[in-house]
Formats: sequence, structure tokens, C-alpha cells
Amino acid sequence: MADENSPPSSRGRGEASSALPITIRGLVRHYGRMVALDGIDLDVAKGEFLTLLGPSGSGKTTLLMILAGFTRPDAGSIRFGDVEMVRTPPHKRNLGVVFQSYALFPHMDVAANVAFPLALRGVNGAERTRRVQTALQLVQLGDLGGRRVDQLSGGQRQRVALARAIVFEPGILLMDEPLSALDKKLREQMQIELRHLHRRLGTTVIYVTHDQREALTLSDRIAVINQGRVQQIDTPQRLYEAPANHFVADFIGDSTFLPVTVANGVARWRDQVLTPAAVPRDGAYQLVLRSEKLMLGGDSRHPNTIDAEVIETVYQGDSVRIDVRLAGGDVVTLRELARGGQAAWPSAGDRVRLTLDPADTLLVPTP
Amino acid sequence: MTEDHVPARARLWLFVLGGLVIFFLVVPVLIVIPISFSDSTLLEFPPRTYSLRWYRALLESLEWRDAAWMSVKVAVLTTIVATPVGTAAAYGLHVGGFRLAGVLRLLVLAPLLVPVILTAIGIFYLYALLGLNNTLAGLVLAHTMLALPFVVLSVAAGLRSYDMAQERVARSLGAHWFRAFRSVTLPQIRLPVLSGALLAFIASFDEVIVAFFISGGEMATLPRKMFSALRDQIEPTIAAISTILVVLSVTTVAVVELTRQQKRQG
Amino acid sequence: MSLGLNAAGIRADARRERATLAALTAPAFLILGALLFVPVGWLFWLSIHGDNGYTLENYTRMVVEPAYASVFVTTFELSLLVTALAVLLGYPLSYMIALLPPRAASACLTLVLVPFWTALLVRTYAWLVLLQRHGVVNSLLMNWGLIDQPLALVYNFTGTVIGMLHIMIPFLVLPLYANMRAIDRDYVRAAASLGASPTAAFWRVYLPLSMPGLAAGTVMVFVICLGFYVTPQFLGGGRVTTISMKIQENVATYFDWGAASSLGVVLLVITVAVFWGFSRLLPLRRLTEVSGS
Repeated sequence: MADENSPPSSRGRGEASSALPITIRGLVRHYGRMVALDGIDLDVAKGEFLTLLGPSGSGKTTLLMILAGFTRPDAGSIRFGDVEMVRTPPHKRNLGVVFQSYALFPHMDVAANVAFPLALRGVNGAERTRRVQTALQLVQLGDLGGRRVDQLSGGQRQRVALARAIVFEPGILLMDEPLSALDKKLREQMQIELRHLHRRLGTTVIYVTHDQREALTLSDRIAVINQGRVQQIDTPQRLYEAPANHFVADFIGDSTFLPVTVANGVARWRDQVLTPAAVPRDGAYQLVLRSEKLMLGGDSRHPNTIDAEVIETVYQGDSVRIDVRLAGGDVVTLRELARGGQAAWPSAGDRVRLTLDPADTLLVPTP
Repeated sequence: MTEDHVPARARLWLFVLGGLVIFFLVVPVLIVIPISFSDSTLLEFPPRTYSLRWYRALLESLEWRDAAWMSVKVAVLTTIVATPVGTAAAYGLHVGGFRLAGVLRLLVLAPLLVPVILTAIGIFYLYALLGLNNTLAGLVLAHTMLALPFVVLSVAAGLRSYDMAQERVARSLGAHWFRAFRSVTLPQIRLPVLSGALLAFIASFDEVIVAFFISGGEMATLPRKMFSALRDQIEPTIAAISTILVVLSVTTVAVVELTRQQKRQG
Repeated sequence: MSLGLNAAGIRADARRERATLAALTAPAFLILGALLFVPVGWLFWLSIHGDNGYTLENYTRMVVEPAYASVFVTTFELSLLVTALAVLLGYPLSYMIALLPPRAASACLTLVLVPFWTALLVRTYAWLVLLQRHGVVNSLLMNWGLIDQPLALVYNFTGTVIGMLHIMIPFLVLPLYANMRAIDRDYVRAAASLGASPTAAFWRVYLPLSMPGLAAGTVMVFVICLGFYVTPQFLGGGRVTTISMKIQENVATYFDWGAASSLGVVLLVITVAVFWGFSRLLPLRRLTEVSGS
């Protein structure tokens, strides 16, 4: 797409002059006795793609709705740039919002939907038509302007909702699980497109989802939220490789856990010594066994090796999932990639040996 | 046996009975039509000779024309007042999240629950004190009160099946609340609002008991005049006016049904 | 009491928003208050306050004088009979419509609605035309040689029942049919597959499932019958006096506001009691939902 057709705010990679940083302090929201948000403090950098990740009921949607201005917090401060916004009504916040249900206006066609915010801002005539067309082209719907909403597929409606939210070049974009209604293939395709779009526009984005893979794909940083509190906020890699607590370790990645005690500087699972990359302080911990990090094979020369009996092997196309039982009864899961035409996988009842590289030995405090 | 698990014989009896009931419901309404074209002042069926004399008598009667015009005026004014007031109330109750919302919704239905005769004499007494008996304003206000439940019920039902997220989106895009309501919500609850308005019109136009007490003489509405006519002396002109009203109501039902079917297909 | 950032200001905003929404609902309630609650309240007061101060004589008179007793008996007899007949005729009708394919069902429903939308006085007049001594029914029956003397079908209890039944059947059919239409056909199919005969499936599965609509319709019909004025007045020939008619008589003829208002209060209390009793068995929300068609 030639640059002369792009909206003026997208110059190259993420250099939107209109993008705003967000500062959230002390955000609290109760519903009767239920605490939805328990004092949220958050800083979002200008142009950053931040995902709010958590299970349902965690408070992530409440937080988004408060940012959008549709729910009032009980207390707190929200700044877009330098301006305090917490008491500003939603129509003055100049945000783009994409709802889970798209909420396209059925009584208007696609172009009218996208033009709606421009009309409200006094942009009319040729200028309005041009910007609507540009926005539609950005989401690959350039020639669907005249269509009615009920003639569009789910993916197309999603794009129209997106076009409508960015056509007026807001400094901040809020998205509430926008891809959850799409099927898997379409969803993954849209994720890639969203990444590209973000890079072009450079807007600050706050994205809500419960899908960890989606969060890992899209985000600059992820804020993991549970029970109204931010559990950890970090880059995808650090969240995955260095989760701060049990909840984050469990929510992201596919893991099983084993209890580990550290006493006198020695880490033990049952009576077996464990060799982590670094031994933490004395206390009770959980060993986070990522299924892809556990390996089949190894011998007593390797640290962190253990015998196990296979319970079940499930072939899943790209990989094989193996459930094993350790001495003492604990059940853990490992995953082996199906590569090199290997056809001989262990089956139920086989005795195998498992190894864990010390660098992959992850410990989190017992909750 | 069909998929409804109803044996053929039972089905037959059911349809016969149902058909008879429908016959019972519809025929009396239609019976006034041939009577209105009868030439005789006496009631006879089937009419021996036909003529339009009763329609002519209707058109020439100043009283009947005035009464009809009065009914139209009152009904139109009632609709104009009741529709926005009822729509606003339905919206406020839907969005407001008041603690007493359930009680308030029930109170709005009160005009339907309180026996009309009680309402009528109550208003009559009140109007006697305020000098509002036999006034246009008094009639319109009373009918508005009676029509409100219909508007509120209809609009509330429409709002329940409407996705409020659209209004929120409109506000997030820069529209202040009333603009969002006007541009996005209202066009989509147009049908419930219109049907509430229609019900309000009909409720006022056909209203007889309250009108009996608070309208009379010059301010008589059509039902009020018909009431007197039926009580004092039954003339065949009543058949003529009845026929006109039947034609109007059948047309209304037909139009409403067609619109509803069109909406389902379109 | 949380004292967080901006908490006071946020609370003020919330209050202002609630006030705006309350203002939207206010006009409706002002109208209702002024034209319904105030007059009815007034009547309550009138019923216990005569020329010489507070008195219960209006109510005691109701219990003592036989004229009043007969009015109550007549009203209840009428209401119960009409309600029962409406159910007997209206249930099969609704069931039939529920069994029809959509287009036919829609047509039948339209036919049922035609009397519903026709003015009350027109229908009353129509019944006079039909049921009079020289009316349509008698003329036809005599012409066909089925009777020698015209039957007294109107200006009596019979005529009143017929007229009220004609008005009440649609009131029963609407909520009942709405309920029936929503009954998933799978329930009866499941019963059949489990071995239920058509009769058993109907009595033990379908009928119970249609109960909410039937109950709602029945209560509505009964309550409306209790308050009926126009039909008994015109089709009763002076032989049928309902509570409403007695109220009107007391006001228009005797100017006895005490008697009229006390009767009205009793009628209102009975109405509310019936609704309240019914709502204990079933949430009243159903009633508002089924009639919002």
C-alpha cells in the first residue's frame, strides 16, 4: 500500500504522534461485597500493545470498561498522557473501542458505520469519504463500503468494527476479546493482521483476552490479572520463562506441578535432590514442569533425572502427549515433537526415564 | 401420528372445536356490516332491502360527526403525549439500575390492574374539584394515564431484545448520550415504539368508561355517544358507525400483521 | 468507607447520572401519581370518612344489606363461569393454533385478534343484534324450524355470559399461546420415545409445561371479569348487577360517594389479593413478558 494513501499519523513503524501513554493508579471497584478490582496500578507506554490476560471473572473486562468510561470505579486515577480522565464521560475520551460482539449498527451500511465517528467530529464531504476508504483499505475491506451489516461474515464484521475504531485516529485503542467469536484459523490470521496494523498505526493498544496463546502472539507486554489484581506484568518471554507465582505459571504454558522443599540450601522433591539453575531461599515451592521442557531419555549422569511409568500416550499430529506416573504416585505430562519420522513412542505400561535441564527448572512459591 | 404425537382423530376434533371458537369470535364482529346496509328501521336478518340511508344519516348528523372528530383529536393528542413519556420511562427503568426498578415497573402497570370504574369515578371526583370535567385537557390527561402501560410494556420489551452495546459504542466514538440514543438506539426500537403508540391511540379511541364520566355534551367522544345511543334508543345508525369502526380495526390488524411478517422476512 | 483517589468526585458523577435517569422516568410517574394514585387514595379516604367524620358504616352496610350481598354473588358467579368457559374453549383453540404450521397459525391468530381490536361497544351492539328476540340467531333458528318461540338469549345472565366470553377468550389465548409456542417439541417426543401414549404425553408433559401461560391468562381473565361494567350493563337487561354497575349507580344516581368508594375499595382489594396470591405461585414478570406481543 502506497504511503500517500495512509493516514498521516502512521509514519513507518509505530511512530504515531497521537499515541498516548496511560497511567492508572489505585483503581478500585466493588460490586456489593465482591471485589472486582483491588487497587490496580499500571503504566502503559506510548504506542505499546498491552494485553490484559486472565480467566473469566478476573476483572480484566471491568478494567477495560472503566478505561472506556462505561463503568465508574469506586476510586482511582486514570491519565491519558497528562490529562486526568477518570471523571470524563466516554464520548469525550477519544478512544477507539472494539467490543466482543462488534456492535455494528445494523441500520447503516459499512461505510456509514465507519463514517459515524467522523460525522460526529465535523468531518464531512470528500475528506470523510477519503478517510473512510483509507480505514477500510487498512483492514482489507476496501470495496465493501456499500454492503449492509447482515451481509457480512464474522471476520468481515470484525474488520469493520476495527476500521470504525481507528478511522478518527484515536491515541488509544481498547479491544475486548474481539477475536473470540471467530474460528481457529481465522483467529490466527487476524492476530497476525492485528500485529501488522499495530505496527503501522503505532497506537497504544489495551487488549483483553483469556487466550494465552493470543496474548503471547500479539503483545509487547502482558498483564496477568486474577481476582482483581495484577499478578505479573512483563514481556511474553519473561512471563513464560520466569513466572512470578503459581497462578501465572499455571495460566501460561502447559504445565504440571510437583511440590519441592528447599532446606539448608538443598532442593528436594520427596527424597530426590533437584538441581535448579539457582537454589532459592529455604521454603516450600512448586516445580513448574513445562510439558515441552521435560525430555525422554537421559541416564544417571544427568542431573534432574527420574524414572517413570507411562500411563497414556496421545498422538496429536504435531506432537505426542505422554502422561506418566512417578514413584510416589505423582502424575506429570510431557510433550515430544513428532519429527524425523519417528514412529516408536512409548505406550502404556512402559518404563521410561525423564530428564529436566537445570536451566529449565522453574520454581515458584507454593500458593 | 405426527411429530406432535397427536392422533388423527383427536386432531380432527381439535380443529373442529377450534374452528367453531374462531367462528364464534369473528362472526359477531362481522354481523354489523350487513345490518348497516339494511333499509329497515327494524332489526331483521337477513335484511330484505338494502340502502345507504344510515350512512347518510351518520354523515348528516352533527352530533355523530363532532363525536368522531373529538375522539380523533383526543386519541392523537394522547398518543403524542403518552409515547415520548412512556418511552422515556421505559428507557430510564431499563438503564437506570434503580434498586426499586421492579416495584416501579409494577407501578407503571397499575392502570391495567386497578378496576377501570374505580379509576373513572376517582378522576371524575378530582376533575370536579379542579374544573377539568368536560375539557379536552382533562380527557387527554386521563387517557394518557391509561395508555402509558401499553407504551412502556411495548418499549421495554423492545429494549430487552436490543443490544445496548451499540449505544455504548456510539458514545465511545464521540456521541454524547442523547445523540447516541437518537442515532443508534431509537432507529432500532422504532417498531416497539410505534406499536406502543398505536396501542395508545386505540386505547384512547375506544375508551368508554372514563369517557362516560368525564366527557359529555359537546365534549362527548365517539364511545360516549355510542354508549348513550345504546342505552337510550338503539338506532341502526349505530350499525353504520360500528361497521366503519370494524373496517378500521380489521385494516389495522391486517397492516400490523403484514408489517410484522415483512420484518421477519426482510 | 473507602477514601480512594477521586472517590468523592466519582460518587458525585454517579449521583448526577442517576438523577438524570430518574428525571426520564419522572413524567410518567407524575401522571400516574396525579391521575391514578391520588384519586384512588382519595376514594379510600372517602370510603371511611363521611359527613360526620370517620366511619365504617359504608363497609358494614355491605355486609348487612342483602342487596350488596347479591351483587357480590352475581359478580363472582359471572366471573367464575366466564373464566371457566374461557379456559374450556380457549385452551383447545390455543393448542390447535400451536399445532399449525407458521403461516396458518399466524392467520388464525390474526382472526382471534380481530374481536380484540374491535371497540367494546361495537361488540356489545353486535351481540344485541345477534341475541335479541328478533335478532339474527332467533331469526335463523325459527326459519330453520328448530324452535317455535324466540329464545331469551339477551337482557339476562345468559346474554351477559356470552358477551363477556366473547371478549375474554382472546385475553386467555394470547399468554397461553405464547407459552405453548415456546414449549420445545422435543419434550413430547422424548415422552413418546419413553413409551407415553398421546394422552399420557399430553396430561403429564404438555399440560404442565403450558401451566404458566394458562395460569397467567386465567388470572387476568378472572380479574378483568370482576371489574366488568359495559357488557353486564347492556346485555344484562337490568337483571344482572355487577359491583362496577353498583358503583356507577351509587355515583350517577344516588350521589352516594361513600357507598361507591367503599365498593370500589373492596373490588380493588380483591383484585390485588388475587394477583398477589397468584404471584406467590409464579413470578409476575411472566405476565408482563407474555403480554408484550
